[in-house]
Amino acid sequence: MLELRDVHACYGHIHALKGVTIHVQEGEIVTLIGSNGAGKSTTLRCISGLLAPRSGEILWRGQPIHGLKPFEVAALGIGHSPEGRRIFPRLSVEENLEIGAYLERDAAVIARRKTDVFSLFPRLAERRKQDGGTLSGGEQQMLAIGRALMQNPSLLLLDEPTLGLAPVLVENLFETLQTLHRAGKTILLVEQNAWHALHIAQRAYVLQTGSITHQGIAKEIADDPEVKQAYLGGD
Amino acid sequence: MSDALIELLPSVLLEGLLLGCVYAMIALGYTMVYGVLGLINFAHSEVFMVGAVAGIEVYRYVGPHIDNPYALAVVAMLVAAGVSGGLAVAIERLAYRPLRKRGSTNRLVPLITAIGVSFFLQDFVRLIEGLWHGEFYMNYPADARMEAVHELPLGMTIQTKSIIVIVVTAAMLLGLDHLVRRTRLGKAIRAVAQDLQTASLMGIDPDRIIARTFLIGGALGGVAGVMFGLLYSQINPFVGFVPGVKAFTAAVLGGIGNIYGAMLGGLVLGTVETLGGTYLFFLTEGAIGNEYKDVVAFLILVLLLLFRPQGLLGRTQGDKV
Repeated sequence: MLELRDVHACYGHIHALKGVTIHVQEGEIVTLIGSNGAGKSTTLRCISGLLAPRSGEILWRGQPIHGLKPFEVAALGIGHSPEGRRIFPRLSVEENLEIGAYLERDAAVIARRKTDVFSLFPRLAERRKQDGGTLSGGEQQMLAIGRALMQNPSLLLLDEPTLGLAPVLVENLFETLQTLHRAGKTILLVEQNAWHALHIAQRAYVLQTGSITHQGIAKEIADDPEVKQAYLGGD
Repeated sequence: MSDALIELLPSVLLEGLLLGCVYAMIALGYTMVYGVLGLINFAHSEVFMVGAVAGIEVYRYVGPHIDNPYALAVVAMLVAAGVSGGLAVAIERLAYRPLRKRGSTNRLVPLITAIGVSFFLQDFVRLIEGLWHGEFYMNYPADARMEAVHELPLGMTIQTKSIIVIVVTAAMLLGLDHLVRRTRLGKAIRAVAQDLQTASLMGIDPDRIIARTFLIGGALGGVAGVMFGLLYSQINPFVGFVPGVKAFTAAVLGGIGNIYGAMLGGLVLGTVETLGGTYLFFLTEGAIGNEYKDVVAFLILVLLLLFRPQGLLGRTQGDKV
């Protein structure tokens, strides 16, 4: 479904991605783990068009998409919930969700998606008229994910959705992701919370200073001694 | 003496309201563009001027064929809205977008560009009008039906054209409020203003939304140009400067980036300026004339910025999460 081939990317003189090759198949949860600055967010930014790769190819259903603008990538059915939540602080919760469904013009479809998001995150329904900026961190995270779901993307890119959340909310969130997975969503999940991510994903990639160091079945990665030592705090 | 002042008050307030309508309509163009791009579009005063000139051309060429002065005023406003809106889009496309695409973060470059566009438009209109009509000082024709005076309570009087200005302004402000708050385009404009990059992840083409913002702001400025012509009659290619600066002041007064601030700021500035100018004249028995009204306007701005730098309805910094 999605394939990155030898993608290099730079911020100015900083060589952030040094030949990243990954792929995501329909219906999978794939996780990309690694420490701060490893290039996880950069990988997502390249996919969604926020950052143009220096070289390499990004293929979506076999077609090259590198060089497309973010709104064109979004129109292909790739939803990106970016790092730091980035909800619109002065739009209401409901408007934030409606903006998520910007590409959909059928009001009935938008209303149905909104109902789905509200049933997934009842808290958002309670706060629908409130400005996004007044929500707590956890609620904003729900809003960011809800907004991405409003796009009804074929592939959902999630960047650190658990960052700064209380442990109980983290549990809820991963349950939600599994619910979405069972409903057939394809998810590329970037996480620092490696243990949880490896637990719900089918496959995983470990990224270190811009290169993939490990890849494979999530459970096997979780058992890899090196990965355990580095990202799961040993045994 | 004081009786005369009180007697004068309602009509001075009405006069201020009319001026405020013009300022508010122009100020919206400044504030909307600032909202999405963080750019002070100093060429907007010329977008207003071109609207006024487009209105004159309607009076010149369409006027003889339409006997109804109200319909003619509306036609002039529609044409001016189209011409000014199109001009604003062209300015964005030709002058600002290429700079944006180069990724320069220097804010002075587009600002200087705006000033350059402004000078260009003044002299371009002067050239065109000079070649076309042999002169570039123009007057909106007076029509007795538009000048007709109506009695109001409190001894106030109002002319038909003033009623038109107030009604059109109110309709445009309400329409804009609806557009920004309720429509898909309005939500997209607000999303782009708050976070352009994230908005693009939602499938919004920021360039398209920015162009629409210029179109709306320019159209409002064009209508304001015709209103200005109807109210004050005399127009020339340099007529945009003072109302432009005042409207920019109004936008800052209300809180730049906030459309309700621009509306409020325009009305406040128009009223305060007219009040101040008139009463200074009377209180000093003519020693300080009405021409000092600008001093009053900017004094208010200075005081407000000292005590409330974000403007009347502006937000304090730091609410970006």
